[in-house]
Amino acid sequence: MQTTTLVIVIAGLSLISYYTGRTRAQAYRLDGRLLALPNQYGYLTAMWSALPAIILLLAWLAFEPGYLNDQVIANLPAAAQQLPTEELALLVNNVLLAVGNGGLSPDPVIEDAAAAYLAAREQSRMLVTGLILLLCLSGIIFSLTRYLTRLHARKRVETVIRWFLMLCSGVAIVTTVGIVLSVLFEAIRFFESVPILDFMFGTTWSPQTAIRADQVGSSGSFGAIPLFAGTMLISLIAMTIAVPVGLLTAIYLAEYASPRFRSAAKPTLEILAGIPTVVYGFFAALTVAPFIRDLGTSLGLSVASESALAAGIVMGVMIIPFVSSLSDDVITAVPQAMRDGSLALGATQSETIKQVIIPAALPGIVGGVLLAASRAIGETMIVVMAAGLAARLTANPLDAVTTVTVQIVTLLTGDQEFDSPKTLAAFALGLMLFVSTLLLNVVALHIVRKYREQYE
Amino acid sequence: MNNTEIVKQSLKRRYAREKRFQLYGRCAVLVGFVFLALLLTDIVVKALPAFSVTEIRLDVDVSREALELPVEGRLDRDAIIAVNFGGVIKKSLREAFPDVTKRKQKRELYRLVSSGAEFALQAMLVNNPDLIGDQPLRIWFKADDDVDTLYKLDTRTSRISDLQLGIIEQLRASDSIRTVFNTTLFTASDSREPEQAGIRGALLGSFWTLLVTLIVSLPVGIAAAIYLEEFAPKNRITDFIEININNLAAVPSIVFGLLGLAVFINFFGMPRSAPLVGGLVLALMTLPTIIISSRAAIKSVPPSIKEAALGVGASHMQVVFHHTLPLAMPGILTGSIIGMAQALGETAPLLMIGMVAFIVDVPGGIFDSATVLPVQIYLWSDSPERAFTALTAATILVLLGFLVVMNAIAIYLRRRFERRW
Repeated sequence: MQTTTLVIVIAGLSLISYYTGRTRAQAYRLDGRLLALPNQYGYLTAMWSALPAIILLLAWLAFEPGYLNDQVIANLPAAAQQLPTEELALLVNNVLLAVGNGGLSPDPVIEDAAAAYLAAREQSRMLVTGLILLLCLSGIIFSLTRYLTRLHARKRVETVIRWFLMLCSGVAIVTTVGIVLSVLFEAIRFFESVPILDFMFGTTWSPQTAIRADQVGSSGSFGAIPLFAGTMLISLIAMTIAVPVGLLTAIYLAEYASPRFRSAAKPTLEILAGIPTVVYGFFAALTVAPFIRDLGTSLGLSVASESALAAGIVMGVMIIPFVSSLSDDVITAVPQAMRDGSLALGATQSETIKQVIIPAALPGIVGGVLLAASRAIGETMIVVMAAGLAARLTANPLDAVTTVTVQIVTLLTGDQEFDSPKTLAAFALGLMLFVSTLLLNVVALHIVRKYREQYE
Repeated sequence: MNNTEIVKQSLKRRYAREKRFQLYGRCAVLVGFVFLALLLTDIVVKALPAFSVTEIRLDVDVSREALELPVEGRLDRDAIIAVNFGGVIKKSLREAFPDVTKRKQKRELYRLVSSGAEFALQAMLVNNPDLIGDQPLRIWFKADDDVDTLYKLDTRTSRISDLQLGIIEQLRASDSIRTVFNTTLFTASDSREPEQAGIRGALLGSFWTLLVTLIVSLPVGIAAAIYLEEFAPKNRITDFIEININNLAAVPSIVFGLLGLAVFINFFGMPRSAPLVGGLVLALMTLPTIIISSRAAIKSVPPSIKEAALGVGASHMQVVFHHTLPLAMPGILTGSIIGMAQALGETAPLLMIGMVAFIVDVPGGIFDSATVLPVQIYLWSDSPERAFTALTAATILVLLGFLVVMNAIAIYLRRRFERRW
């Protein structure tokens, strides 16, 4: 049976069990012996029928494809099973294609395997359907046979809901753990073939590995320093634009602007934060980069067509609202008494801002700047579209540089098998990216939180 | 000189500095505005050409002889489908310009019309077989994208030959070339030919992906927010969850893509390029946004309401689900819509899980291969054809349109239902 049909069946059964449970409880209630409202007994019955079935269904959905793959491989002729991993994967893929074609294929081996696949799928679907029906019905029967008068249904229901709520909040932890494990696991496999020191401190990056063993000249070198340098260069350019502009914007809007101007200007600038990064990438690659190149050429400078400057400037613009709204929050949080005190001593408004408000808000501003920096480092689309691919160790903003995120994307979007050092390198880079942004975030959040405590 | 005089002397300088500082602030705000204006005008200007398309009028001989169909009897569908319509169109082009004789020149002539023209003619005659007869048909066919660029923008690409230029002049003189609104943009899916490419596939891909995201992230996000705000005990685990949520909100999106690739695709064996996986990855990404805004909304419900409900005998869970949650709902929805808008514009994690493939079919469900609007933008912006630049910009306008609508709904909800207690 299809998944959707199963879901509908489960929903229908739990609806029926809700009404049966409630009706039964209502019958008891006439004697006045119930501990909770009848519909709570309905909920409890419905939970008993639906929950185990849903858990089974989810587990089946998660593991069915893997199980079927194994079945296909187990049913292949012995000769095919001996193939190297990637050829085997290709074969399995062909089988799956044949299955999508209704089991037809010119190759008899594949046709047999597709038939076996279809049989295994049919079998597993029958099994799961049967199990789910069994679970639903036994759940209903179990909860209906219980002695209602001593059962506090609401408490049971609420315990289950509470567990559900708790599990949902645990998703955040699971996600973090998932990120760490998946990235770390693949990165460790990468470091088995490429020493970690070569990766961290090597200065040449050319991840082209030989596809066949007899090819020459491309053993691949994975020195990530040029990538780190490129990332730093572009982020630095972005921050040189975003920090002054964002900070001054925040100061002006918080201290000088009339309420009307502020209420119009703030949302307008927030639009910049809402524009998808791919749009900025398009703007950087097709408008800003050619403009900078032409400008440079007319000034007699040689500018690469994918200069770091173009990507950096556009990234800076993207981060402006981020810096300004974070700074705005901390500047407005500075107590009015400090402003009044400074003004009363005869300081001008700008002197008050520079000598009283900014120092008071500094920790929060620094925290915001660090958060912005972590965003610049992890930004992907702008650099993928507007920065170069060649890894070059340079500090010249007019040259083309590449970044960590660009390399992750290029390494993983080509067609290649999953286990080569080339694809694993992407996970090693991802690990670096995750760790560095995590550090920045933790420090920034710590600073921001600590600062908030001072005035509250 | 006493202190007052010193102060008075320095006043002028200090006021000048004050003025300058204010000016810097104004400039900073202006920089933001200018960039926003530049960005939007640039995209609108680049997008405009994509909304119209050039068509060329041809007289096509659709008699049965010309189509090589049986002269007598009923025509069945398969026979019409099998007709060599490419040849028919080439013939009518030759007849329209009889002075083109050399083989190379003929080939240039054929290139004037889009390669999709034969399918347009095919579809037309298959759907309406009565048109087949001795009366020649006057049909507007889509022009090739280079002709389109030349006619609309007056820019000659390198692939336009002198002969083609001359023919286009002739067409112009005889009113046989025109531009119309480009409906293909919204009815077709991706194509290698710019004049036949559209965003329907990407739109539906975005729809399915966001559907998965919404179904997963909204209940989980709200449930997590309720737990953290109402039930969680103050202990290390709760603190750890909160730190995790705050950090996840700042993890680069591409890392979520790596997670999706390693866990959903390689570990669970889910299909590559499918909206299911994309939606799950985006759900994990938007979860922190939804949790944080939902918590704020729940927190803003005044304790007096909760206490009143508790006082008349409701259980804690009943208070939450009967009172707190309904009152917090506008705030939760506002935050969720903003989270969804972010997910709609997200590109990088979807590149990791293979949603960058060239996909011509319109996805019919969450298991089909699909691409989404931002990825389509990325793919087209890479294409060398000039016409794709316009298509990219047009797609960006569509995407921005959706984002504006979503944010407008969020603002409306906030204005309409927000209550100050």
